[in-house]
Amino acid sequence: MTATSRSVPARTPPSGTAGAVAVDAPDRPWEPRWLNVARRRAAAWVEAHGFPTVKHEDWRYTKIDAALAVPLAAPPQGAVGDVDTLALADLPTPPLGGVRVVVVNGRVAAGLSSTGGALAPGMRVEPLADALHKSQGSLEQAWGWHADGYAHALRALNDAATLDGVLIELAAGALVEDPIEIVYASVPAPGAGWSHPRVVVVAGAGARATLVETYLSGPSGSSVTNAVTQVHLGQGAELEHCVLQGAGMDSFCFSSLEARLARGSRLSSRLLATGGRVGRHEVDVVLADEGAELSLDGLFLTGAGQHHDNPVLVDHAAPSCTSRQLYKGVVSGDGHGVFNGHIVVRPGADGTDAAQVNKNLLLSDRAEVDTRPRLEINADEVACSHGAAVGQLDPDALFYLRSRGVSEGEARAVLVSGFAREVLDRFGRGSIRGRAEELAMAAGLLALGEDGHGDDAVTAGLARARPGGR
Amino acid sequence: MSTARAEVAELAGREYAYGFSTDLDTDFAPRGLSEEVIALISAKKGEPDWLCDWRLGAYRHWRTLTEPSWQNVTYPPIAYDDIIYYAAPKKKAAPSSLDEVDPEVRAMFDKLGISLAEQERLSGVAVDAVVDSVSVATTFQARLAEAGVIFCSFSQAVRDHPDLVRAYLGSVVPFRDNFFAALNSAVFTDGSFCYVPKGVRCPMELSTYFRINAAGTGQFERTLIVAEEGASVSYLEGCTAPMRDEHQLHAAVVELVAMDDATIKYSTVQNWYPGDAEGRGGVYNFVTKRGRAAGARSKISWTQVETGSAITWKYPGVVLQGDGSVGEFYSVAVSAGHQQADTGTKMIHIGKDTRSTIVSKAISTGHGQNTYRGLVKMLRSAEGARNHTRCDSLLIGGDCGAHTFPYVEVKHPTAQVEHEATTSKVSDDQLFYARQRGISEEEATSMIVNGFCREVFRELPMEFAVEAQRLLSVSLEGAVG
Repeated sequence: MTATSRSVPARTPPSGTAGAVAVDAPDRPWEPRWLNVARRRAAAWVEAHGFPTVKHEDWRYTKIDAALAVPLAAPPQGAVGDVDTLALADLPTPPLGGVRVVVVNGRVAAGLSSTGGALAPGMRVEPLADALHKSQGSLEQAWGWHADGYAHALRALNDAATLDGVLIELAAGALVEDPIEIVYASVPAPGAGWSHPRVVVVAGAGARATLVETYLSGPSGSSVTNAVTQVHLGQGAELEHCVLQGAGMDSFCFSSLEARLARGSRLSSRLLATGGRVGRHEVDVVLADEGAELSLDGLFLTGAGQHHDNPVLVDHAAPSCTSRQLYKGVVSGDGHGVFNGHIVVRPGADGTDAAQVNKNLLLSDRAEVDTRPRLEINADEVACSHGAAVGQLDPDALFYLRSRGVSEGEARAVLVSGFAREVLDRFGRGSIRGRAEELAMAAGLLALGEDGHGDDAVTAGLARARPGGR
Repeated sequence: MSTARAEVAELAGREYAYGFSTDLDTDFAPRGLSEEVIALISAKKGEPDWLCDWRLGAYRHWRTLTEPSWQNVTYPPIAYDDIIYYAAPKKKAAPSSLDEVDPEVRAMFDKLGISLAEQERLSGVAVDAVVDSVSVATTFQARLAEAGVIFCSFSQAVRDHPDLVRAYLGSVVPFRDNFFAALNSAVFTDGSFCYVPKGVRCPMELSTYFRINAAGTGQFERTLIVAEEGASVSYLEGCTAPMRDEHQLHAAVVELVAMDDATIKYSTVQNWYPGDAEGRGGVYNFVTKRGRAAGARSKISWTQVETGSAITWKYPGVVLQGDGSVGEFYSVAVSAGHQQADTGTKMIHIGKDTRSTIVSKAISTGHGQNTYRGLVKMLRSAEGARNHTRCDSLLIGGDCGAHTFPYVEVKHPTAQVEHEATTSKVSDDQLFYARQRGISEEEATSMIVNGFCREVFRELPMEFAVEAQRLLSVSLEGAVG
């Protein structure tokens, strides 16, 4: 009944949202005891609460029934076989120059991964399966994040069923120049079910690094990825984080970023989502101590047959923290884009400065955009704002371009890429930006070609509007 | 800051000016809800069979529902079997003129500042007064009848205009709509009915004054307003209740229907008893209000000033069906003490070139919790539809909360939706500026808050804008420093 208890966002969904689910959490004698306990607890949570349905407020616009037709987990050992030997013709993206770990169907493929030369001092990168054997303390902590319940079954399922992933530890003061790269690839394989890759990043005081996560999948076959990335930033630590979601058009790509920010730490996280039949990238950040800063940017290019959901929960739990969000969506064909932003300011979090902006372009009369920019504020010394807009291309701007002899298709492409560029610019310069541009270009063709305007014109328009393209 | 605290504390102790209760000889139905009680209510009101059957249908449907829990408010479970669903001041026969209204009832309304006789003589506003469950007096009926406007209590409408009631009852809010709409449909006892025929501009403001008086009762009234082609009407409701330790449930349903080129303006000044300083008692105000802008170029406008109730939970909405129809929602919601408000609107755009405007101003102080929750939905057919939403929250003190939960769903590319929201406190700079010019802190705060709400007050009929401003300043008395 008190203001304090009611201000806490519901992290536990109403129970019984789906029928009985049995989740296997078989004992894994080779793993530490605490992990077996935690896995069983998570599996029990899924069984008790079921999978989210559209009745679940945070899943109001996203159905996962089709994904549930795929087996929930691969057996802990065997069956999938040695992923290194799988035919993964080539990874379509060039390495970014630093450490690269390739995770295929939820398991690290050592043969495809590389350390990119010597590791920076103070940095440790290790396949999660190995780290779990050794029972790292930071991992026990990571599994303990949800001791009092999960936001929804998918995150619990990752706790229960993950087989592998990456542990990144940065010692205090470690400065890592080159981006750390993780590529998740889904390829058709016998016995493959959902994959649950898990990444844990622990950054000591003052450490600095860049992490790039790329999601890819083979052109055919339906796969389900349920990835969780946990980031723990120590005092004054800084992490640049990029997510490039270019999964195949038949795949389901669920990914979550969970982060806790200590005093004075900074997290910048960017999302470019173009792939997947259903793509849901969830961001859940706690600004846990004074002076923490968060900047979130997202661009989703949602074309025909696609569904992109972007739930964002920013929890201002301490005074004097700053958060910025800019999410943009371009939705075409019968695509469906969703933004689900949520800022919570806890009692006593005075001096909070939080802003949230979501803008969407609807390019076809079969497209749909749903946006829910939410603010929940329980302190008075705050500056909070949010804005959301949905609309089409500005007819005046189109006319302006047309009157200067630019073709309709080209004009549209120029306006769309101009709209998207505000977010793409946040990917900075260099190779990461290049990769983001490439992905956006590929999706731009898919998205705009749908509307019956010449593909060539669109390509030309995009190329011209591309900042590096001159 | 310390003065602010002291004054917030003072605010918590503010008096609720309408908290008296009047000893009226009252006729009750037995406590609790069953088919027998519903049949009894229906019989007491001498209703036709179809209405009794409709109530029973709603009741049977209600039995299958569970109380919703998604709203951002907390309250102990409501014992639906412990509520008296029908309470009416006893009277010998229906009053044929104001002189026959029970003097005690008239005295009560005088005390509320709604002198029924005076209203009739002076202010030119037709008033329908509803005490507990039944309408006790409707003024100005004769003059309205001359213009062709029907304005009477719901019971009278059932007796005198059954065809109209039957045609429109439940047409905007069917009993299947939600838990409280179903409950209301089963047990509603009275309310106001207004019908404005084709081409008629209602010659005066219409108003209903609601009063919960008896203890242990709930109030379940129903309002139905129909404006035919080219008609226009402005309607205001006001609400008060005595101070009681237990919570009282108010679950009303309001339905508006506007045909081609018709305009309905619906204003609410809600000042139910908000509960005491510790959050004991107060009214649960769980209301379903919806308008159907059925005709082309029709317009429905909701204006609400919500200063009362322990919990306010309502979303006056507009279904924009006719091409070029317009929906508006202007709201000021104040939650002080331990009040909770989860309110907002729903704008459902169906027709072409439909437009809606939402302006919501929320003020939280003390331990108040204020949530704006709104839905703007552009269907596939809503070509060229527009919406603009502004939600501003003002926080006074560190223990309150202000929340904004908008839902925007767009399925047409030419539809344009904009939503903006800000949250702030009364800024020290603004206060300093006013203080510098010799304006006291309290006066300055009141000025700033009134300025904050001005956009909404401007929408109220003049007579009520004054009342709303007075209510607001009472609500916030000494709230800020």
